[in-house]
Amino acid sequence: MHLDPDILARLQFAFTVSFHIVFPAFSIGISAYVATLLLLWQKTGADRFHRLARFWTKIFAVSFAMGVVSGIVLSYQFGTNWSRFSEVVGNVIGPLIGYEVLTAFFLEATFLGIMLFGWDRVPAWLHVLSACVVAFGTAISGFWILSANSWMHTPAGFEMRDGIAYPVDWVEIIFNPSFPYRFAHMMTAAYLTTAVVVLSVGCRYLLAGRFGEDARTMVRMAVGMIAIVAPLQAFIGDEHGLNTLEHQPAKVAAMEGHWDGSAPVALSLFAIPNAKTERNDYEISIPRVSGLILTHQWDGRIKGLLDFPKEDRPPLIGVFFGFRLMVAIGFLLIGTGLAGAYLLWRGEIWDARWYQRGASYLWPLGFVAILSGWIVTEQGRQPWVATGILRTADAMSPVSTTSLLISLSLFVLVYCCVFSVGVYYINRLINRGPDPSIIAPPRSGGASRPLSAAEDAARDAIEGSGQMTPAAG
Amino acid sequence: MGMEWYLPLAWAWIIGAAVAMYVILDGFDLGIGILFPFTKDEHERDQMMNTVAPFWDGNETWLVLGGGGLWVAFPKAYAVIMPALYLPVIVMLLALIFRGVSFEFRWVAKPNKSVWNVTFAGGSIVAAFCQGLILGGLIQGVDVQTQGALGPQFAGGALDWATPFGALCGIGVVLGYALLGATWLAMKTDGEVAARSRRQAAPLLIAMIVAMGLVSLWTPLLVDRIWERWFSLPNLLFLWPIPLVTAGVAWLVWRGIENGREIGPFVGSIALFVLGFIGLAISTYPYLVPPHITFWDAAAAPASQIFMGVGTVVMFPIIMGYTVFVYWIFRGKVRAGEGYH
Ligand code: HDD
Ligand code: HEM
Ligand code: HEM
Repeated sequence: MHLDPDILARLQFAFTVSFHIVFPAFSIGISAYVATLLLLWQKTGADRFHRLARFWTKIFAVSFAMGVVSGIVLSYQFGTNWSRFSEVVGNVIGPLIGYEVLTAFFLEATFLGIMLFGWDRVPAWLHVLSACVVAFGTAISGFWILSANSWMHTPAGFEMRDGIAYPVDWVEIIFNPSFPYRFAHMMTAAYLTTAVVVLSVGCRYLLAGRFGEDARTMVRMAVGMIAIVAPLQAFIGDEHGLNTLEHQPAKVAAMEGHWDGSAPVALSLFAIPNAKTERNDYEISIPRVSGLILTHQWDGRIKGLLDFPKEDRPPLIGVFFGFRLMVAIGFLLIGTGLAGAYLLWRGEIWDARWYQRGASYLWPLGFVAILSGWIVTEQGRQPWVATGILRTADAMSPVSTTSLLISLSLFVLVYCCVFSVGVYYINRLINRGPDPSIIAPPRSGGASRPLSAAEDAARDAIEGSGQMTPAAG
Repeated sequence: MGMEWYLPLAWAWIIGAAVAMYVILDGFDLGIGILFPFTKDEHERDQMMNTVAPFWDGNETWLVLGGGGLWVAFPKAYAVIMPALYLPVIVMLLALIFRGVSFEFRWVAKPNKSVWNVTFAGGSIVAAFCQGLILGGLIQGVDVQTQGALGPQFAGGALDWATPFGALCGIGVVLGYALLGATWLAMKTDGEVAARSRRQAAPLLIAMIVAMGLVSLWTPLLVDRIWERWFSLPNLLFLWPIPLVTAGVAWLVWRGIENGREIGPFVGSIALFVLGFIGLAISTYPYLVPPHITFWDAAAAPASQIFMGVGTVVMFPIIMGYTVFVYWIFRGKVRAGEGYH
């Protein structure tokens, strides 16, 4: 195969961004979960909420660190690998990412210090507030980056002069047509994914007979969350799809594997779309159903791939299968949530080993759905990097193939080592669990003690951060 | 002169401030990593790392603001600098990954911390050295060619930055960060760590001043434009105080270290960095990418600079406010012997 710099740069971006998104999704969810636990602790005074908050904070710290370092890589890659992109759309997208730094990154990073190390050093209310601020910061971060990304899919509020995009209306730019859907869908994805992880961990403990009270709290909270959020996610996703149909019909045609625009759209359960022969191989489908979903009419028609010139069609395999995988996981999670809620309601969940066993394996599914969702979205945008404005092939930096080859190999090597070790450590923390001997109780009256003198405070810093060590004490 | 003139200039100040903030704040915490190999004692390493654990992430965010700000305000410069310095930038980012995760991994990995000691030190040293290479690469100048509507594009080779001058800048940055780290530790710790840091600070100061002096002498010889800037009349008359003040501050830092002062040497080391930064700004003004692209050439659309400027004016004081607040909460010394067990 001939090595195109184009392919290498795309591979590198896809690789690094795919690693990145896993950690933010988890950070967004866990920070919100910890904030909730702390608020519940404040309200009820129940120790188990405090124990769980401490436990998940340790895991959050590891995930957050990986999110930060992988994110910094991304923000520089716009320049290193996509310099033409940076120039052509920089006037419009640059400020959105700039606002993300100003309104979210500093907020998260600074209050993170208090959240992780301030347990005994600041009054309880301030610590709880810091956790809430961090959770809020991650959501603001999602707001801006998804606005920037959505603009690349559905650009609005700009004009082109000499091949460069200039801003005309910032409100239209920020709230571009696909943004509300993408923001809602992605944030919900993050919360759902995290709830599934919490459920799996809780079930693991139940099965092993460890941390009874804490495990039950986790399972109860997670099941409630999944039962509400999973169906909501399917609804948002459906609306998202309708919006895409309006703005990026080629993407929807690829998602459906739909070639002939003059025929009603069938729901393909399985097929291998073949770009060469321009038809689906091995297709199993239910006639008309997708048309019904997309147009709400029995006889609904949408554009097919054949309606687009070959050079404007997205790659088919990733979009087609990514979509199916995501939706399948979505329905599986809806089932998990509803079944869990039913068992909980009947009070049978604590004895339902089959449910616990099944659920204990589900933890990766949310991440898989997130990655497949992004592959659908991003590959479905091809061949454009910013729809209708700039083609991916024209967005590259003038960087030599050798440099790209070196950097790509380094990224693969480093990411595979560092981040797999990180995931291993998270797993290790989970195996240790919210053990009271690991998570030291607050010092005598510690949490609500007012700010004390510098000397005293310094000692706390050490002990406070000592909580990060598994064997502190 | 209208908005098109002032806006880019204002933005040059903002980016300059962000980069200076980064260099100072991340400087001392990279410095701690650079000093990591010089102790064998795990408890001392714990103590060193603890002095920055609550801050490092906030410190590093200034790097994101510097890079992101450059893109927002000067997309054309961003689009030339990043490809031109591709390899040092990428290696720096990778080094920062190793260093950043070490903060958390090291605690979780207990008792097998040694791997994460190595990555913490190695990541810090490599990141600092790459930052010096980037600086050197910019001072030397970047090859560009104008291509139609897109304007100037990078047209040099992948290894243009790899020169002895770049390496000297790299060494200078490593030494300077180590000095910041040592004076920070002398201020924030006590016991053996503080004593050793004080002993390390003096030779580091000398080494950094030598490196700074060499870079300052080499630069005008390397680039005629910079020679003109400093040594032609009347500039010479205005500019001679800068090296003089630098020498004075260096002497004060030296005295402070000798007399066991705690805050003075750290503040003085920061002042040395700021002076170096001013010198650099004088050398390169008005170029953002010497010797071809000025602030004005590279500026984003005024609408973009204004939109972002409003946010910056509103957010900057708020960010500074809570940053100071967190440093205040974690004020005081991190003591020896009270570390982790
Ligand atoms: C929906 C959420 C989301 C998405 C799509 C992205 N990120 Fe991200 N990013 C986050 C949500 C987030 C987050 C939750 O705010 C962080 C903070 C820590 C973490 O784990 O993720 C994060 C960290 C983070 C950081 C480090 C911030 C710091 O220094 O504290 C940078 C520079 C970026 N990101 C940049 C990017 C870029 C350039 C992206 C696109 C290509 C991107 N992120 C996609
Ligand atoms: C965070 C989750 C994301 C994932 C998993 C993701 C995934 C991908 C993938 C797989 C590609 C390669 C597509 C291809 O070449 O076939 C890609 C390309 C790209 N994405 Fe995303 N993406 C994400 C978010 C974003 C965001 C938020 C932005 C911008 C603000 C963005 C900007 C880009 C750019 C510039 C490219 C390169 C050009 C291209 O190939 O289209 N991505 N992404
Ligand atoms: C069950 C029904 C679901 C439907 C109908 C659905 C629908 C969609 C559609 C149509 C897109 C493409 C948007 C575009 O055109 O760019 C998308 C993207 C995406 N999906 Fe789903 N989805 C579902 C479930 C899920 C689940 C369970 C998750 C994760 C837990 C998820 C995560 C994502 C993500 C991260 C993206 C990319 C970002 C975006 O464009 O919003 N989805 N989804």
